[in-house]
Amino acid sequence: MSAGNALTRSAPWRGTAWVMGKLGFSGRSLVIAIPMLWLGVFFLAPFFVLGRISLAEALIARPPYTPLFDRAPDGSLQIIASLENYRFLMTDALYRNAYLSSIRVALVSTIFALLIGYPIAYYIARAPEPKRSVLLLMVILPFWTSFLLRVYAWMGFLRSNGVINNTLMSLGLIDSPIQMMQTDFAVYIGIVYTYLPFMILPLYANLTKLDGALLEAASDLGASPMVTFFTVTLPLSLPGIVAGSMLVFIPAIGEYVIPALLGGPDTLMIGRVLWDEFFSSRDWPVASAVAIVMLVLVVAPIMWLQSVQNRREEG
Amino acid sequence: MTERKRSHVNRVVVAASAAVVLQSGMAGAETVNVFNWSDYITDEVLQQFTEETGIAVNYDVYDSNDTLEARLLAGSSGFDVVVPTATFLQRQIAAGVYQPLNRDLLPNLANMDPALMAAAASHDPENEHATIYMWGTTGIGYNIDMVAERLGEDFEVDTWAMIFDPEIASQLADCGISWLDAPADMYPAAFAWMGLDPQSTDAADFEAATEMMVAAREYVRYFHSSQYISDLANGETCVAVGWSGDVLQAADRAEAAGQGVNVWYAIPREGAMQWFDMMAIPADAPNPENAHAFINFIMRPEMSAAITNYVWYPNANAASWEMVDEEIFTDPAIFPTAEVTETLFTGVTYDSRTDRTATRLWTRVRTGQ
Repeated sequence: MSAGNALTRSAPWRGTAWVMGKLGFSGRSLVIAIPMLWLGVFFLAPFFVLGRISLAEALIARPPYTPLFDRAPDGSLQIIASLENYRFLMTDALYRNAYLSSIRVALVSTIFALLIGYPIAYYIARAPEPKRSVLLLMVILPFWTSFLLRVYAWMGFLRSNGVINNTLMSLGLIDSPIQMMQTDFAVYIGIVYTYLPFMILPLYANLTKLDGALLEAASDLGASPMVTFFTVTLPLSLPGIVAGSMLVFIPAIGEYVIPALLGGPDTLMIGRVLWDEFFSSRDWPVASAVAIVMLVLVVAPIMWLQSVQNRREEG
Repeated sequence: MTERKRSHVNRVVVAASAAVVLQSGMAGAETVNVFNWSDYITDEVLQQFTEETGIAVNYDVYDSNDTLEARLLAGSSGFDVVVPTATFLQRQIAAGVYQPLNRDLLPNLANMDPALMAAAASHDPENEHATIYMWGTTGIGYNIDMVAERLGEDFEVDTWAMIFDPEIASQLADCGISWLDAPADMYPAAFAWMGLDPQSTDAADFEAATEMMVAAREYVRYFHSSQYISDLANGETCVAVGWSGDVLQAADRAEAAGQGVNVWYAIPREGAMQWFDMMAIPADAPNPENAHAFINFIMRPEMSAAITNYVWYPNANAASWEMVDEEIFTDPAIFPTAEVTETLFTGVTYDSRTDRTATRLWTRVRTGQ
């Protein structure tokens, strides 16, 4: 198929398309080229830079790691690379604990975001039109202010002489302030609050497409609303659940700002460990290795999920 | 105390930078790019510099040595003057980050106090690459009333026992203790409290100090290097390991707020770290001559005095001291007495091995893992 047919009929386009066609490019590959270029420049290239640094050794120099290529004493070019940094990550339980605890925090946050987000998305999807737009706007609106400011606002609520404690004390429900800041509880609140829209929006998009006739059919056949929900709505909204959960889980696992601001000293997360390696230990190579392992840990389950979904669609 | 409002510092600096940028548009190409700590200068000094020399100042700020170091080590930072702490400076000199100062362009070096410059020279032999901007100590900020209420009016607060002795710290835990999240400050403090050499780089000492701090961490509400300023000022916490000028800033904010919170600063008698923030010129600075002009200008007695009067950190400019406000110069929390100065020690620059040990063990202190 020549690209010329698919594109418009104007002369310059036809000329370009003809040239590209002669060179072996189709219109389709041209369209794909742009996102591929984007991924190449902004994802693959930084990834290879990271990978290359992770094979080096820390050095007090500028930049602070050993060069990849070096002249051997006899003048020949040699490549200096080692997996030592990865081995080092295995030897210290700190890194394993940090990965595990990041995954735990992200998982718990995702579950809570799903439990809170699903009913909201369902309600919005079922709401009549003018109301629906207003509700959607209310989900999106907080995005118009800085995320950092909203986390600071939570600090105002949660602190010992903050809004919540002061209210509870003035109502006489508690005698002394409950310590909420600097706890895991505050971290969960921060993450669930921040990423909730990422859960609601894909779920909403999915649930609005749900065919009402299916629900009617279920109820005609005598299914209670509960049974209808679990046998019809929930399975059909599974793609929305997966998409929303991914969008919450992935940023949450590497979260640095929220645990730094709301978390306590016990909150061990990989984002913080990475910061320490980079800034406090000044060890860019180990920091890079931590980041690469993290990427593998996150990408592997996603690829698995993807393949499961593909198989489901084929089957 | 003065009625000067420290909380205005930020706004004034922003206004000053805006003014300076406007001027740079008119003055033409001559600029100097300064990268300094936040809330660490008064705008008048910058304005006067531009007025006198015609060199516009691009003034940018950071809040940790780590941020500065990451940018310097990445290369081509574009800065002409930076202000690292001396312990960091030493390592950065080894990495080849700085150019030597040209003393012919810095006649005002003669104003500097020889004893303080000699102390800083332990990090930069013969002060070849840098001169002191301001200095200070790492000690304890505390809420006068809350601490007195729990430990009694007579308790002498100038001791690391406030944070390290479980018996005392446990009585303060309910009103909130915070530690700096900075191993390079906390380990020397721990060594001083334990009677070890504060400059130790011995792994065994680090292990011992870690054990001691892990036992005391139960009473620590959080580890952070700037949050404590507003928390002390609000009465959210009552004891904080902190840097002298920052704690005094909290004291000033608390007074300005008028909520009856009284904060003050103590230099522990077991010994505390004296640190120096140093002005230096990166090797790849685009305008090295303007950088020298700027540094020389800051070392003018009137300028050093104006900055100290504003930020409440002591300077090392002996010729400026008669121009420093009486109440600041005679305040032992700002300019320590000769007696207290005897107990101060300087920091050491850790080699990469010790750095890793300290960072790793500090993670154990901070997280309990």
